[in-house]
Amino acid sequence: MDLVKLQRQLVDYRDSLYHECFLDEQFTQLQELQDENNPDFVVEVVSLFFEDSERLLNELTKALEQQSIDFKRVDAHVHQLKGSSSSIGAQRVQKSCIAFRNYCEEQNVEGCLTCLQLVRQEYYLVKSKLEALFKLEQQILSAGGSIPI
Amino acid sequence: MNWFINGEFKDPKAGLLGDSGDKMWFKCWDEISNLSFKIHHQYYQFIGSKKVCKSWWRKLLFSWIIGWTLASVSIFCYMSSLATEKRKETLTSMCDERARMLQDQFNVSMNHIQAMSILISTFHHGKTPSAIDQETFARYTEQTAFERPLTSGVAYAVRVLHSEREQFERQQGWTIKRMYTLEPSQIQEEYAPVIFAQDIVSHVVSLDMLSGKEDCENVLRARRSGKGVLTAPFRLLKTNRLGVILTFAVYKRDLPSNATPNERIQATDGYLGGVFDIESLVEKLLQQLSSKQTILVNVFDTSNQSYPISMYGSNASNDGLEHVSHLNFGDPFRKHEMRCRFKQKPPLPWVAITTSIFILVIALLVGHIFHATVNRIAKVEDDCHKMMELKKQAEAADIAKSQFLATVSHEIRTPMNGVLGMLDMLMDTNLDVTQLDYVRTAQASGKALVALINEVLDQAKIESGKLELEEVQFDLRAVLDDVLSLFSGKSQDKGVELAVYISDRVPEMLIGDPGRFRQIITNLMGNSIKFTEKGHILVTVHLVEEVIDSIEVETEASSKNTLSGFPVADRRQSWKGFRTFSQEEPVHSFSDSINLIVSVEDTGLGIPSEAQPRVFTPFMQVDPSISRTHGGTGIGLSISKCLVGLMNGEIGFVSIPKVGSTFTFTAVFASCSSSSKEYKSQKINSQSNTVSSELHGMRALVMDPRPVRAKVSRYHIQRLGIHVEVISDWKQGLSIINKGDSAIHMVLIEQEVWDRDLKSSGLFINKLEKIGHGTPPKVFLLSNSVNSSSGNATTGACDLSIISKPLRASMLAASLQRAMGIGSKGNPRNGELPSMSLRNLLLGRKILIVDDNNVNLKVAAGALKKYGADVVSATRGTEAIELLTPPHQFDACFMDIQMPEMDGFEATRRIRGVEQNFNNRIQFGELSVDACNNVSNWHVPILAMTADVIQATHEQCQRTASTLAFFGINKFRFFPTGNICFCCRVKVSCCPSKVKRSRALRSQNIVSKLTSLPFQQCKHNITTVSGGMLVFVSGNLQLAGEQHALKFSQHIAPQYCYPLALALEHSASLRCASST
Repeated sequence: MDLVKLQRQLVDYRDSLYHECFLDEQFTQLQELQDENNPDFVVEVVSLFFEDSERLLNELTKALEQQSIDFKRVDAHVHQLKGSSSSIGAQRVQKSCIAFRNYCEEQNVEGCLTCLQLVRQEYYLVKSKLEALFKLEQQILSAGGSIPI
Repeated sequence: MNWFINGEFKDPKAGLLGDSGDKMWFKCWDEISNLSFKIHHQYYQFIGSKKVCKSWWRKLLFSWIIGWTLASVSIFCYMSSLATEKRKETLTSMCDERARMLQDQFNVSMNHIQAMSILISTFHHGKTPSAIDQETFARYTEQTAFERPLTSGVAYAVRVLHSEREQFERQQGWTIKRMYTLEPSQIQEEYAPVIFAQDIVSHVVSLDMLSGKEDCENVLRARRSGKGVLTAPFRLLKTNRLGVILTFAVYKRDLPSNATPNERIQATDGYLGGVFDIESLVEKLLQQLSSKQTILVNVFDTSNQSYPISMYGSNASNDGLEHVSHLNFGDPFRKHEMRCRFKQKPPLPWVAITTSIFILVIALLVGHIFHATVNRIAKVEDDCHKMMELKKQAEAADIAKSQFLATVSHEIRTPMNGVLGMLDMLMDTNLDVTQLDYVRTAQASGKALVALINEVLDQAKIESGKLELEEVQFDLRAVLDDVLSLFSGKSQDKGVELAVYISDRVPEMLIGDPGRFRQIITNLMGNSIKFTEKGHILVTVHLVEEVIDSIEVETEASSKNTLSGFPVADRRQSWKGFRTFSQEEPVHSFSDSINLIVSVEDTGLGIPSEAQPRVFTPFMQVDPSISRTHGGTGIGLSISKCLVGLMNGEIGFVSIPKVGSTFTFTAVFASCSSSSKEYKSQKINSQSNTVSSELHGMRALVMDPRPVRAKVSRYHIQRLGIHVEVISDWKQGLSIINKGDSAIHMVLIEQEVWDRDLKSSGLFINKLEKIGHGTPPKVFLLSNSVNSSSGNATTGACDLSIISKPLRASMLAASLQRAMGIGSKGNPRNGELPSMSLRNLLLGRKILIVDDNNVNLKVAAGALKKYGADVVSATRGTEAIELLTPPHQFDACFMDIQMPEMDGFEATRRIRGVEQNFNNRIQFGELSVDACNNVSNWHVPILAMTADVIQATHEQCQRTASTLAFFGINKFRFFPTGNICFCCRVKVSCCPSKVKRSRALRSQNIVSKLTSLPFQQCKHNITTVSGGMLVFVSGNLQLAGEQHALKFSQHIAPQYCYPLALALEHSASLRCASST
C-alpha cells in the first residue's frame, strides 16, 4: 500500500511541477529517451545540467563583479545556460535567461544583476524540485516498484 | 480625311501645348505622309490623355464664336455702308440734275430778259417817238411769257434825273411815286420810275425803283456792272411770296465790255427788271421731274454765308443725308445753292442684316455642334474611364474572390488534414467495433470534404488563371490502372463492369501532367459510376489520327455490340463538334505531339436533353435533387473542361436518357521520344514491367463471344507480353488447344460464358486435363463481381482461378503469377510503404555530434542512440574537423551552429575544404581509392543543429537557411529530443540562375503535397529563398509518429530533399554521387 501511495505522490508531485511551469514537455521527452540500455539517462543529464549550471552561475557572478564587464562573455554564458535549461525542460530558468540576455544586449548592469539573482533563484528552486523528484523515484525503485508514467 | 483633321488641329495644338506638343508634333509630322491614321490615333490619344484638352476645346469654341460674330458684324457694316454710298450717289445725281435744270431755265429766262432790254433800248430809246408804249409792252411781254418760264413779271423803269422830272411827269401824266407808300417821291438826284410793266405787275408802274431798298441796290449794281443782277430773296409786293428780281441796265449806246462803271452809269437809260417767283418756279420745275416725292429740295441764297436765306422749301430740319449743289444764276455777287435730302429716312439695310444674321446663325450652329460633339466625346470618354474603372474593380473583386476562395480552401484543408491524420492514428489504436465504425465514417466524411475543397481550390485556381500544367514523363496505362483500382470497389459493389482499353498505337510514355489527366478521367468516371446502376463503363484511349482514319470504316458500333450488351450512346456523336475533326487536314505538323482521344462510355441514366447545354457550367447540376441523391457539387465537369482546355483539347458528350452517356475529350501530350533529360521519369508502376518479364512469351486463350470485351481483355493480357488468341466458344477453344502447335499456357474464360453452360464448361475442363502436351493450361475465370464468383468458384474444377474485374496489368500479373506459381518474392504491393522504421535506418550508423553545450550534447546523443545510432560526441569545431578528415567512418554529422571559437559554418567550410583536397588527391592518383574505404568522393552529410529556431524570426530562418545552403551544410536541423525541423531544399541549388519556371512550379507543387500530408498536424512553416525553394517543416516527430515521418520523407524524396532518414539511408551513395 505504501508503494501505491508513493507512486501517487510522485505522479501528483510531477504534475505540480508541470503545472507550476518548472518543467515542460521537453522533460517528458527526456524521460521517454530513457530505456533499459540507458536506465539512468535522466538523472545523468540532469546532474550534468546541475554541474554545468553551477559553473556557469559562478562564472556569471565573477564576470558581473568585474569593473569593466565583458558583456559578450556574459551573453555566451547565459546562452549556454539557456540552451541546457531548455534541453532538460527547465522552463522557468530558460525564461529568465531570455530576459537576462535582453539586458545583456542593452548592457544594463543593474538588470543583469537582478536577472542573475532571478536565474540563481530559479535554478535552486528547480534543483530542489528535481532532487525531490528523484528522491521519490529512488524510494519507489528501492521499494521494488516501477515508476508510473 | 484624317490628314485633314490633323492639319486642322496642328496649329492651335502646337501653340497651346508648348514644347512637348511641338516635339510630339514634329515626330508625327515625319510619319504623316504614310501613317496618317496612326498619327491621328496617337494624336487623339495624346489629346485625350491631357487635361489641357478640355480647356483647349473651350477656348477654340469661344474664339470660333467671337470670330464669327465679328465677321458678321463687319459684313453688316460693309453692306450697309455700300447701301449708304449708293444712296448718297443717287441723291447727288438727283440734286445735281435739279440744280442744273433750275440753272438752265433761269439762264434761259435771264437771257430773254436781256434780249428784252435790248428790245427796249432799240425800240424805246432808239426811236423818237418811242415805238413802245405800256400797252405794247404789256402785250408783248404777256405773249412772250412762255419764253421766261421763271419770271412772273417784267417791268421797265427809266432813269430820270431830277432836272427832267417835271417834264417827265408831264409827259407821262403821273407823278413819280415812292414804293410801299405810294406817295409822290421826294426830291432826289435821279429817279427810276417804272414806265412799262407786264400786266401781272402793272401796279408797279410809276413807282420809283430807287425808293425800294433791294431795288435801288439792284439797280445801282446792274448799271455799274452791265450784267444781270439779282436781289436777295424778299417778299414780293402784292403776292407776298418769296421772289428775286433780276435787273438789267439799258444803256444809251453800246458800251465796250471793258467800260468803267462810271461810263456805264452815264450811259444808263433805264432798267429792266424781272420778278422771279422762286417758290412757284422751283415747284413747277420739280413737278416736271419724276421722282419729286423722294427728295426734299431747299434753295438758299448764301451770299451772306452766315445767314443763308431760304428761297424755297420747308425748313424741316433733317440731320440725315444732305447734298449741296451750287447754283450759278449769272450774278457773281449772289451765291445760291440747292440742298437736297431724302424725304424718308433711309430704310433699314435688310439685306445686310439678314446676311450677317444668317452667317452668325450658321456659325453658332456649327459652334453648337462642335460644342456638343466635344461634350459628347468628353462624356463618352468619362463614361469609358468610369467603365474601365468599374471593370478594373470588378476584375479585382473577381480575383479577390478567387484568392479568397483559394485561401479559405487552403486554410480549411490544413486543419482538415490534421483531423484526418489524427483519425488515421486513432484507427491504429485499440478501438472496439463501434468506435472503429465511427472513426471510419468520420474519416470518410473528412476525405470527402477534402476532395470537395480540392475541387473548389482547383476551380479558384482555374478562375484566377494560376493553374499550370506539369510536364513530366508518365505512363498513361499506369495512370488508368490507378484510376481503375480506385473505382474497382465501387463498380464491384454495384455490379457494373469497368474496363479500360488503350490502343496499341498510343505510346508507352507521354509527357504531360499525369495528375491533371487523372483528375479528368476520375471526374468522368466518377460521374459515370454515380449514375450507372447496371451495364458497364468503358474507357477507351486512341490516337486522334486513328479515330479519324477509322471514322468511315467503323460500322460495327451497333447498339448490341457493346461491352456488357447494353445499348450505349454512339460515341462518335460526342466528338462531332471537335475542331480537330472538322479540319480537313488533321494536325500532323508536330511530329512529337500526340493527340489523344479519350472516351468514357456508360450505360447510366443519361442526361436529360434540357439539361445538356449547361453540363459544363460550374455548380450546375441536372436537377437539385441530383445532389441530394448522388451528392457532388457539379464542379467536376467544369474543372475537367478547363483542364482539357489547358491540354489543348476539347471535350464533348452525347447522352441519351435511360441509355447512357459518352463523354469524349482530346488532349495533346508531348511524345517521349524527343524528351530531353530534363524530364524526370515518374515510374508510377514499375513492377508490372518486372513481372511481365516472367510472363513474357506465354500464350493465352481468351474465350469471350463479345468482341469489345474480348478486345479489352486481350489488351490487358498483351500488356504482360502474353500472346493472346480470342475464341468465342468451347469448340473453337478445344480445337486450338488440340492443334498443339505451341503450348497454351492459360485459358481465360469470361464468367458469362462459364455460367451460361456449366455442363459444357465442366466438360471443357476435363478435356483440357486430358490433353497430353505436358502441363495442361491453367484456367482462369474473368469475373465481374467478387461475391458471385466466390460462390461459383467452389463449383468449378480444382484448377480454376478467378480474376476479378476490372482488369489491370498489375492485378492481372499478380493473379497469373500466383496461379502459375511464378511468384514474385519480396515485391511489396503497390502503394504500400516499405516497413522500415527510423530505428532500422539509424541502426549501426556512425554519427558525430558537435555541440559546445554538454547538456545539449548529452540529450542529442541520447535521442540518436535511442534510434540505434552509434554516436560520437565532440565539443569543439576543431575536434570535428579532425574527426571528419577522410578517411573516416562517419555516416553523418550533426553540428551546432553557434559555438565559441569556431562556429558551425566555419567548421563546415573547413571540413568541405579538407574533403575537397582529399578528393583531388584521389583524383590525381596520389591516394588509392582502396585505401580510403573505396570512397572516391568524400562528402559527409552535415546537418545543422540549433536550439534557437523556434524562437527565431522568419527572416532569421531564411538567413540561416541560405547560409546553410551556401556552406553546404545539409539542409536539415535537429532539435534536442525529437523536435525535428526538416528543411528540404528543392534540388535546383546546382544552378540557381537557371531555375526554370516549370521547376519552381514543380517545387510549389511539392509544397502543396507536403501540406496535405497527415504529417501536417505538426506546425509547419514554408518559406522561399532565392535560388530555390526551401521548405521548413518543424514539428514533433514523436507526436507525429515515425511512420508519418517516414511517409513524409519518402513523399518528397529522393529527388528533392535529404531529410534525416534519407540522408542517412543514402549517405553512402551520396558520398559517391554528390559532385559539389
